[in-house]
Formats: sequence, structure tokens, C-alpha cells
Amino acid sequence: MEKLKGKAWKVGNDIDTDVIIPARYLNTSDGDFLAAHCLEDLIPNVKEKITPGDILVAGKNFGCGSSREHAPIAIKYAGFSCVLAESYARIFYRNAINIGLPIIVAPEACREAIEGDVLEVDPTTGVIHNLAQSRSYQGEPFPPFMLEILESGGVIPFTAKKLKGKA
Amino acid sequence: MGMTIAEKILAAHAGLDEVKAGDLVNAKLDLVLANDITGPLAIKEFNKIGIDKVFDKDKIVLIPDHFAPAKDIASAQQCRDIKEFSQKHQLTHYYEIGRTGIEHCFLPEQGLVVPGDLVIGADSHTCTYGALGAFSTGVGSTDLAVGMALGENWFRVPETIKFILTGKPKNKWVGGKDYILYIIGKIGVDGAQYKAMEFTGEAIDALSVDGRMTMSNMAIEAGAKAGLIAADEKTIEYIKARAKRPWKIYESDPDAVYAQIIEIDVTDLEPQIAFPHLPSNTRPVSRSTHVKIDQSVIGSCTNGRIEDLRIAARVMQGKKVHPSIRTIVIPGTQEIYMQAVNEGLVQIFVEAGAVFSPPTCGPCLGGYMGILAKGERAISTTNRNFVGRMGHPESEVYLSSPAIAAASAVLGRIGSPGEVA
Ligand code: SF4
Repeated sequence: MEKLKGKAWKVGNDIDTDVIIPARYLNTSDGDFLAAHCLEDLIPNVKEKITPGDILVAGKNFGCGSSREHAPIAIKYAGFSCVLAESYARIFYRNAINIGLPIIVAPEACREAIEGDVLEVDPTTGVIHNLAQSRSYQGEPFPPFMLEILESGGVIPFTAKKLKGKA
Repeated sequence: MGMTIAEKILAAHAGLDEVKAGDLVNAKLDLVLANDITGPLAIKEFNKIGIDKVFDKDKIVLIPDHFAPAKDIASAQQCRDIKEFSQKHQLTHYYEIGRTGIEHCFLPEQGLVVPGDLVIGADSHTCTYGALGAFSTGVGSTDLAVGMALGENWFRVPETIKFILTGKPKNKWVGGKDYILYIIGKIGVDGAQYKAMEFTGEAIDALSVDGRMTMSNMAIEAGAKAGLIAADEKTIEYIKARAKRPWKIYESDPDAVYAQIIEIDVTDLEPQIAFPHLPSNTRPVSRSTHVKIDQSVIGSCTNGRIEDLRIAARVMQGKKVHPSIRTIVIPGTQEIYMQAVNEGLVQIFVEAGAVFSPPTCGPCLGGYMGILAKGERAISTTNRNFVGRMGHPESEVYLSSPAIAAASAVLGRIGSPGEVA
């Protein structure tokens, strides 16, 4: 997979899915609409503020709460290229991989990054460079099959490919 | 080496004799569930896979419950999407409103889930069925799409934390909701991250199946993948009259390996309140009585079952809702609604000045039927009190049991049934 590069946007611990995308917007699954309301009670108009490719950097238990896939979709369509966090809630983690949004567990990199630092992330190896601070970190690499899902662009293209192979 | 319930159910569905925590397995699913919010997205993804049939039309359940009866045009469309998909694929278990209710109240009640099952649902509170001794867990819509297509999915076998609840509470209003809030307060909202919780001990044995479902329901609020309770005679009694399929009972081996074992004596436990904005922010009710409220909500997949309504009615019988409070009582399903009518509970609520709603998720996720204005506070028997969960980002939700929510409705502030004269 290609390396990702962007500015860090920092959020705290226990960012829940209601904060990522409030339920009042769940009467649709349209990516652009969801992106327009992504994190709005925390960073209003995030989609306009960030440059596509920027990186969301979070604390512990990112994405806790509901199973709504609208949450990673909102983040992806807002233009974030990936998420780094100290840890994730389980369902959110699966959902992000499934829709092809790279998300990496990297406690140290997250704690030390400052808002606005330019980061370079290699999703294949989990290596993160903080270019602003000239520091490198080893995030948790993906198990091979997850990497394969990400490389296929998500679990749907991955499954479609598998089924074709069988046919 | 011994195995936990979680390991046994996953092994059985993966066709393996033994699995251990940390293993990645591909396992066959007994049931796949989605609702009017997650279903449409799952259908969109399903249609991209490039197959034209679901794996088994008897094993997929689609329920309109979150924004149903439809709260607006977009929600109506989402309800329509799942209905059309159900018709196209001739799904056995699609239910229109008026014949269903909140999914996690409805599925066990209808015997669609049985002990020993492996279930995924595109809803995080799918973990509710752990109370019946089934391994059930929440997933996203895309996982669900794959589940609908293949009838299987991958799982990382979780470690298990075992909770042993001993004693008998002295306070007669203390029950499953207080146990689980207390546990979440103790271990935190990520205290069981990626793990299964297993609830055992005499206090669990003494709970009704309804009370157990309240506990398993909120396992996700500690980050858990499942909240398991081994099936016992009460479970079988409950299941016998309802089950549409044979079931299998799994129990953890005496030498099963646990990540942690936590013992809790419930003898002196007080009713628990979770303060904004995390379910782990718990305090005993006696330290919460200063909190004035605007609304009381009794319902949801956590506490919308008949036992919950009976408890709330017992507290409110012959009383009036405080003049400045709105109280909304929401039965979990049509069957519970009917029971509440037959037992005279609806009359008690309406005479007290409460609104009695049709079954729906409604205000639990800030959908409709009781949204909070800026600065308002609610006591609620639901499961999440995140920022903006029930309405305006500056509103607040306090979580409690039905007994406390009912007493607070009468008092106009958080309080106990004992204070309701
Ligand atoms: S009642 Fe609340 S928590 Fe339960 S399924 Fe509905 S929205 Fe989710």
C-alpha cells in the first residue's frame, strides 16, 4: 500500500460514535452528507478545515459506542487518509478495515504528536514518521489477511474477488 | 486445556475441537441481524459483492425499530429499503411495525435466538443474547453484508473476564442494571476491550432472564465483544415456550483460562446512576439526589421488558409525575405492550401523567419521541449517556434502573422509590 502523508488533527480519549457522527444524521448513509457532519460537536466544519490526506490522531478507545459504520465512512469522506489512536473500540476497528480506511494502533506516536505535525504513515509496515519532530514509531502492523482486505479496498471487493476465484 | 463458553461456541461453529483466545477463526453463523439504520447500508454493500442470493433466507432478520414508525421521509426510505430487500429475497424474518419492536427485546422473545447460537448483528447491543448462553456480537454493516452473503465471518477468539457476583442485595430495588453499571464504573468503558465478559455467581442465578438480558446488553459499554451467562433452568424455562430450533448449552470448564476474575459482593450495593457523559461515570443514588431533571425515559433494549415496566409501575402506582417533568414509557415489543395493557400497567402510567409510546428506539439514540433541548437533563433506563446522545449537545443523560427512573419522575429530581411517599 502507498504511504500516507498529512497533518495531524488531535482528539482525546473515548471519542464515541455519537460524537463522530450524531444519530440525528443516520437517516441516510450518503458519504458526503455524513462527512459534512463528521465530528461536528467537536471540530465544526471539519471537512472544510482539513486538507485531504490529513491524519486523525486520537487517544484511547477511539470509536466506542454504536456499531454504526457511518462513523468510519464520515471520517473517510471528510478526507482523512487514516486514523492513528492509542487504542480502538472493537467494532469501529473492524468497520474501518472493512471499508478500506487504514487505522493503526500507535500509542507513543499519538501521545507525542502535536496538532499540525506532518506525519508519514506506512500502512503496510505500521511505521510512522513524525516529520515535524524527526521521530519514528512502530505502530502495530496488520495481520496479513487484514492487509489483504485493505489492499483490496475493503472487505466487499475482497470477498467479491474470493468468490470469483472460487467460481 | 479447559475452554470458556466463548471459546466453545466459536470452536463448534468453526468446526474445530479446540480454540484458544487470540486464534483467528472463520465461523458459521446461526443468525444475522440488521435494522432500519444499519440494514440499508448493509444491503448497498451486499449488492456490490456480485451474488444474487442470500446464504439462507431463514437466518436473516431485518427489523425496523430505530426511526420506526418512520420519523421523517429519509427514515421512511430506509424502512422501505429493508422491506424491499426482504421481499426480494423472501426473508422469513422481516417484521413490519405493529408486529415487532426493539430488535433485542424481540428476537429472544420470539425464540429466534437460542442457547449455543453464534449471532452477528449490525447493532452494537446484539451482545444482549449472551444472557441466553449464545455468543452474539455487534458488527458493522459491511461485515453484515458478508454475513448475509456467505453465512460466515471471521472472529478473533476473545479472552474472557469472569465476574462472580455473590450475596443478595439488601436494597430490594437493586437489580441487573445496577450490577452492570457498577461493573462498568469499576472497570471503565474500555475495561473489557476486545474481550468477552462472563457473569456468574448466586446474584446472577437469582436474576430473571429479563434482568440478565439487561446485564449482557451493556457488555458493549465496557468495550466487550460479548456478555455471556451460562444457560440454566430459568433460561430453559424461558426458551422452551419460544424456541423455533433445538438449542445447545455450553458451560465453561472448571479449568478454563480467564484473563481476569473479578469478585463482587452485591449485599450492600446501592442503586447506581451513570452521570454524563460516560456509562462508567457511576455514583450511588444517595449521592445523586441533588440532580434536577426535565425528563424520565423508561424503555429501550436495556430496560424495556415486562419486568422493567412492572417495577416502574409499582413505584408510580397512585402517584403523579412531578408537574415540571415529562415521563415517557416505551415497551420493548408489541407483546410487552399487550402484557402491559392486560396487567393494568398502562393505566397506572397514564393516570400518573406519563406518555405511553409504541415500541421504538426513539429517544434512546436521540431519534425522536422525546429529544432534549439545550441544557435539559434526563434520567433514562437506556444504555448510553454520551454527549448529545438524546438531543442537543449541551443536554445531559443520567442512566439508571427503571425503579430509579420512575421514582425520579415523581420526585422531579434523581431519587429512590423509598423517597416517593
Ligand atoms: S434501544 Fe437504543 S441501544 Fe437499543 S437498539 Fe435501540 S437505539 Fe440501540
